[in-house]
Amino acid sequence: MNREIEGIYILWKRELLRFYRSKSRIIGSLGMPFFFLAILGTGLNNVFPMAGGGNYMQFIAPGIIGMVLMFGSIFSGVIVIMDRQFGFLKETLVAPISRLSIVLGKAFGGATTAVLQGVLIMLIALLLGAQIQFGNILLLLFFMLLISVMFVSLGIAIASMLEDMHGFQLISNFLIMPLFFLSGALFPLSSAPWPLSTASMLDPLTYGVNGLRFLLTGQSDIAFGTCLAVIGIFTAVFIGLAIFLFNRIED
Amino acid sequence: MKLSSGTAAKAIETNALSKHYNGLKAVDAISLSIDEGTIFGLLGPNGAGKTTLISMLVTMRKPTSGSAKVNGFDITRQADSVRKSIGIVFQDPSLDDELTAMENLELHAALYNVPRQERKERIEELVKLVGLEKHLKMQVKKFSGGMKRRLEIARGLVHHPKILFLDEPTIGLDPQTRAGIWDYIKKLNESEGITIILTTHYMDEADKVCQKAAIIDSGKIIAMGSPEELKNGLGGDIISIKCDAHEGCREKLAGLSWVKAVLKHDGILNVRVEKGEEKIPKLLALMEKNGVNVESVSLRKPSLDDVFLHFTGRTIREDEAKPADAMRLRRKFMRR
Repeated sequence: MNREIEGIYILWKRELLRFYRSKSRIIGSLGMPFFFLAILGTGLNNVFPMAGGGNYMQFIAPGIIGMVLMFGSIFSGVIVIMDRQFGFLKETLVAPISRLSIVLGKAFGGATTAVLQGVLIMLIALLLGAQIQFGNILLLLFFMLLISVMFVSLGIAIASMLEDMHGFQLISNFLIMPLFFLSGALFPLSSAPWPLSTASMLDPLTYGVNGLRFLLTGQSDIAFGTCLAVIGIFTAVFIGLAIFLFNRIED
Repeated sequence: MKLSSGTAAKAIETNALSKHYNGLKAVDAISLSIDEGTIFGLLGPNGAGKTTLISMLVTMRKPTSGSAKVNGFDITRQADSVRKSIGIVFQDPSLDDELTAMENLELHAALYNVPRQERKERIEELVKLVGLEKHLKMQVKKFSGGMKRRLEIARGLVHHPKILFLDEPTIGLDPQTRAGIWDYIKKLNESEGITIILTTHYMDEADKVCQKAAIIDSGKIIAMGSPEELKNGLGGDIISIKCDAHEGCREKLAGLSWVKAVLKHDGILNVRVEKGEEKIPKLLALMEKNGVNVESVSLRKPSLDDVFLHFTGRTIREDEAKPADAMRLRRKFMRR
């Protein structure tokens, strides 16, 4: 047991080291959310209240944090493909630790780096004047971590089925973008036509964004308890799926 | 302590070990046993089944049928114990390029649960062995191919394995680096006493390093023994004649009482005889009488290449020239 924990720890540490080394990745990953906040957030700030929505910067900030968590996490998970392509995956696969530990180390490591990115963009949002408050920081960090573990697991599950990075564009355009737009990160979906609002209810990020919105602004369309429960269930399902699919990798 | 019944303890024992892929027998009922402490070579062309055999022994792939024991542990039922007893250097690089050499080694030590207080000392000892002590803090992506390979060898040893597997440890490296790698391997075997199992298709290098070797072709072992035994098994000397001899000429030579075997490939006749130096004039006279143009003649002792040629009727190099393999090699270089 001790051995497995040591394995999980060192794989977690590897993700952090790699994250720390790739400064360009960090800056790159914060570029898009920054412009969303700075341009979209500021630009629509005066239009949004006219539609009766209140302060737009305040509305969008939790959504953008959710986006950063999702992008960062799925990307960390999908990186398993590159580990496979560049051989490092073999080193872990033949080590005397279980595949479960490999998946967990990867998931916690990727999630930690995603939360770090989320915190960075939260600070940027504050600097840009978003009116967000930190009620319960521990609960906030826990919730962010949960969202991230959920999406890293989804990324690992997808990566386990792909041979190389060619499929990544597909994932990015047909999975990540719809999940983002349907999550209510940029506009409230409660008043959207029913196909959109229904689809939105099936999107795990919807619950992530609403939960974050509640924790950061005190108001949301969906009760926080529901958000937490749904994210918890999705996390369990995606971890299970990741472990199942990762187990099938032959080499 | 393992009990052995009179004979030396076995590092590896396989029993009709097989692996099939969609009906293709990549490894076809291989039975072999390897004594502890030897340097054992699995020789053969690309695609002969060497890597598949190794991946089963290191528990990466499950056999289709048959069984094997590594360090006394069954590869399917005791995979975890097998993994703890072995170190592996894969054919393709498997380091994390973003991390430093030290971080790669520490990661390995943790994955194999090497006690914390031992790690530093062990790592220092090993990097000295492979001559990388000055590059510990360098990111691996800045390493040359040879340095990466040496680091992988050191990494494979961090957890004190009983057996070290090296799959084509010198492929894609320049001759000087190759010689260096073989030196390290020999040194390791002497200083740490560990069993080394390697695959290679460089027969001359295998000849110098391996104490025992098995020649594999199409998933089967076609010959096994020490390089000396394998070469002496052919007997005599080999006279290589570069000439424009036709098939009839080869048959005529093969019919001579003092000729043991004649093989022809790439316009070269390899004639195996006893006391070769005395037979050269005879052969040349014969050639001239039959109007064959001789370009050059050389005399040598049989090499492992000749052993392979003898058993399969083709050279390893002919196999290498297949386009699919060339592609594979090219891909590998691109990845470096």
